Parts: sequence; structure tokens; C-alpha cells
Amino acid sequence: MSALIIVEHDNQTVRENIRAVVTCARQVADSVTALVIGDNCRAVADATAAIAGIDKVKLVQHAALAHGISENCAPIIAAESAGMTHVLMAAGAQAREWLPRAAALADMQMITDVIAVNAPDTFVRPLYAGNALATVQSSDSVKFMSIRPTAFAPIEGAGSASVEEISGGADSGQTTFIEARTSSSDHPELTTAKIVVSGGRGVGSAENFQLLETLANKLSAAVGASRAAVDAGYVPNDYQVGQTGKIVAPDLYIAIGISGAIQHIAGMKDSKCIVAINKDPDAPIFEIADYGLVADLFEALPQLQAALE
Amino acid sequence: MKILVTVKRVIDPYIKVRVRADQSAVETDGVKMAMNPFCENALEEALRWREAGIANEVVVLSVGNDSCVETLRTALAIGADRAIHVKAANTPQPLATAKIITAVAKREDPGVIWMGKQGIDGDYNQTGQMTAALLGWGQGLFLSSAKFADGVVTGESEVDSGIRVIQVKTPCVLTADLRLNEARYATLPNIMKAKKKPFETLTPEELSVDASDRLTTLIVNTPPPRAGGVRVADVAELVSKLREEAKVIA
Repeated sequence: MSALIIVEHDNQTVRENIRAVVTCARQVADSVTALVIGDNCRAVADATAAIAGIDKVKLVQHAALAHGISENCAPIIAAESAGMTHVLMAAGAQAREWLPRAAALADMQMITDVIAVNAPDTFVRPLYAGNALATVQSSDSVKFMSIRPTAFAPIEGAGSASVEEISGGADSGQTTFIEARTSSSDHPELTTAKIVVSGGRGVGSAENFQLLETLANKLSAAVGASRAAVDAGYVPNDYQVGQTGKIVAPDLYIAIGISGAIQHIAGMKDSKCIVAINKDPDAPIFEIADYGLVADLFEALPQLQAALE
Repeated sequence: MKILVTVKRVIDPYIKVRVRADQSAVETDGVKMAMNPFCENALEEALRWREAGIANEVVVLSVGNDSCVETLRTALAIGADRAIHVKAANTPQPLATAKIITAVAKREDPGVIWMGKQGIDGDYNQTGQMTAALLGWGQGLFLSSAKFADGVVTGESEVDSGIRVIQVKTPCVLTADLRLNEARYATLPNIMKAKKKPFETLTPEELSVDASDRLTTLIVNTPPPRAGGVRVADVAELVSKLREEAKVIA
């Protein structure tokens, strides 16, 4: 069994969730090759080679691969999948762009959002926003799978894999990258943070979200939001936690002014400890919260802030 | 330009799903069904493009059993011009569905295929990307904004780090996110008119597509529910519980 894992990066640093992908890859295969696709990203390949559990790193660099355009990147994954038994990548926007396209080029039925491995061909994945879990068996020769990084403990330690640069990359000419609008934030990354402070429509405005930002600073927490808060324009889309946003599983998730739609709960219900602060005692979020506080957030948050001083 | 829009029939998003007693699947018998929300946004965008003169025809396509006819009739009532139903016993998996959409696209020759970014039932988020791959077309995914000019679509794609702006040449596959637009409803006069609109039924065999499953579902479970928690009286009790019981803050 040999696994190919696809490395997520920004041409400079490796996204931390790769360690969870290695853990999953080691459960299905005895040899793990990492594939780095990008431009001017030798440092990424070197950093990947220094992660435990990786036997070999393959590096493809080309100007057309700089911005992760799937039309240019997916054919490389499809070609490199030949001879592999598994292709794995951390579930997220990049995997959603690359893996289904690569799997279709290789004529394989991808498996999205794997949360457990029962056997090298049998996996557990959520359906219906996590309200059902399906155990599926794949008959494909190469199993393309995106895996939920929150479901696999990151591999620890260092490694010393070899890096092989392979030629490849071409511009399909179909799609052009124009710009990335990233929201600048001093907070930790949402999907790997130990604590997440998350707000909903109940927060009421973009200005009020500052209260959550302040609390998050105090706790070294990431800031998240429900879809309602994003739709209302309080925060940018990359704050969204939920079925179609980000999936998080921190040690502590503090839901503030969030009612608890099933689509939101799908994105945070695996958190170890959930706190809900909401003035509506009947809000569904209380049904899944470990600690529920019925309170006006404009009174509770300053008190919470003071209690943590 | 012709636009092909795919619409999927799913359990109504506001219904709490339950697993069948034999654990073979999620129960759909006797459950309220609806058009997949993301497909509603895809259809809405196609209709707006037709109204803006970018497109002259909107063709809707659904793949699945006979009940898809109802979803297609709804799409016609909302405003699509023509419907195609590819009849399959059960909903094919994403790769097979993409092969069917590809075969239909080769017959119809649309300039754009608008699709929902994912079905809220299987939560795969694959079919659009796979269709683009099989057609050899560009893809614009999870779009919260899409503007067409001179054969090129400028799209704002919702990604993990924020918004990514891309330009995709047509023909292409575009997938809709919920923030793309607010979908309209069917009006009564249009529901009546929809009954007279062209409706074609095909099968995967007629399209020479092998729609067989690659994944076998062994069992479907309900995840263990979170144990109910406690209500705390005030912030002081909350902080003390977090420090001493849960031990999640210092």
C-alpha cells in the first residue's frame, strides 16, 4: 500500500494540518510520498521532508502552479496517482478545488471528509451535515480521499525524507488568478486553534464583534462566526464555521449569540468543551453545550473579560 | 449563449434527518423533499443572466428517480425554459453523475454549466469539479459573485483564507455558494405555464454512460449525541467550571 499526500501551502510555509494527513496515510499505507505543487516553493518541500512519517517528497515548480489553479494542478495529481493505492489531502477549499478534478481525470470516485479508517478500502464519512455517518467501501484501485484533519491526531516528531524535483506544470489558459483578498488577523488559524470564540447574528454588528476579538486576544483564541453573522456582513466569509464553512474541533468553543442551526453545529460539534452564551433560553445551541449561560452578551462579555484578568 | 443548470432533489434542509431502522440509509420515504439550496442559487443566477441578455436559454437537468420530475417542474415554474430528466434508479454517485452531465453537455453545447457547490445530502462537493475535468473546461467554484463579459467570467470564490478572485474562460463549469444571490420563488401563473414547457426524459444507457457505483455503503449510523450539559447561573460560575471542571482555561 502506498499513499500520496498532497501538501497545502502558500509557497512559503506548510499548513500545519499536514501532520493529521500523515497520521491517516500511515493507517492505510506503509509508504508515504508527499507531493508539493507550487512555484518557488523549495522551502516548502524541505519543511515537508522534515516531518515524521513521510518517506519521500516530490516537488513540482512552475509559474502556472503559483496560485493553485486547479486546471493546472489537478493533472499533476492525477498523473502522480498512478501506482499509488491512496491519494490524501486535508479537507478544505484547496482539496475541494483539486481532488475531485484529479480523481475524475483518473476515473476514480473520491471520498470526501473521511473521519475514520476501518480498513484500507473502508472509511467513515459524515452525510447530511454530520447528522448521519456512512461507512463506505471503495472498489477503486486508487482511493482519492479528503480527510478531516480534526479527526486524526497530528503525527509528532521530525523526519528526513529525500526531496526529488520532477518536471511538470503547464498553463491550461482556462483560468487566471486575479487576486486574493485575505482578512488580516492576528488570531491563530481557526481550524487548528485550541480555543475558538464564535459569534452569531445576536452579536448585532461588525463593531460589536470587537468584543469577541478582545476576548479572543485574552484567550489566544481564533474568532469564528455563524453563517448568519457572515451574511449580515459583521465578519468576512473565512470566519464561517459550519457545514459549508470550516470544521473546527478545539478544546474550547465559545458560541456567543449563536442560535445553533444544524448547519453551524455540523462545523463545531466535535469540540471538546462547548460554551453557549445566548439571551434566548430556548436556543437550540444549549442542547449541545456543556455549559450554557442565559445572558445578554453585552453584559456577560465584559464580565467574562474581567474574570479572566 | 445557452446555460445548463443542474438541480438536485434532496431532503428539505429544515427537516431533521433520521437513519432507517435497518441502518441502510437515511430515511427519505414520507419525508418532505426540496430543491438543493445551492442549486436554487445556481438557477437564480442563470435566470438573471438570461434577463440581462447574457443567455438566451436556460435548460435544467436533474439526474435520479421519477421524483426528480417534480424538482424539474419547480425549476420550470421558477423560470427555466426547458427540462431534461436523466432517469436513474437511485441518485448516482458524483463521478457517474458528472459523466451523465458531461454527456448531456456534449449534446446541448452550453456556454456555461451552473451547478450548486454541493448537495446537502451526500455533502460530497465533487460533481461540478468532476464535470469540468471530464469536459476539459475551466471551473469557478463556491462563487459568491460572478460577472460575465466578453466570454470570460470574473468570479469571487470563497476559500479558507478569504476571497479569491479568478477569471474563467467560457465554456466553463460554475458552482454557486449561498451568498451568490437570493433565489426567487415560483408564482402561480408560472406554475401553470411550466406545464407546457418542453420536458425530455433520457437514461444513462441512452447517453452511453456507465452510472454504476464505486462506493458501497456498508452501514449508516446516527452519530452519538453530545451528552446534555448544564446551565450556569452567571459568569463567575462559568469561569470556575471552565477552570476547575473542564480545565480548558488557565
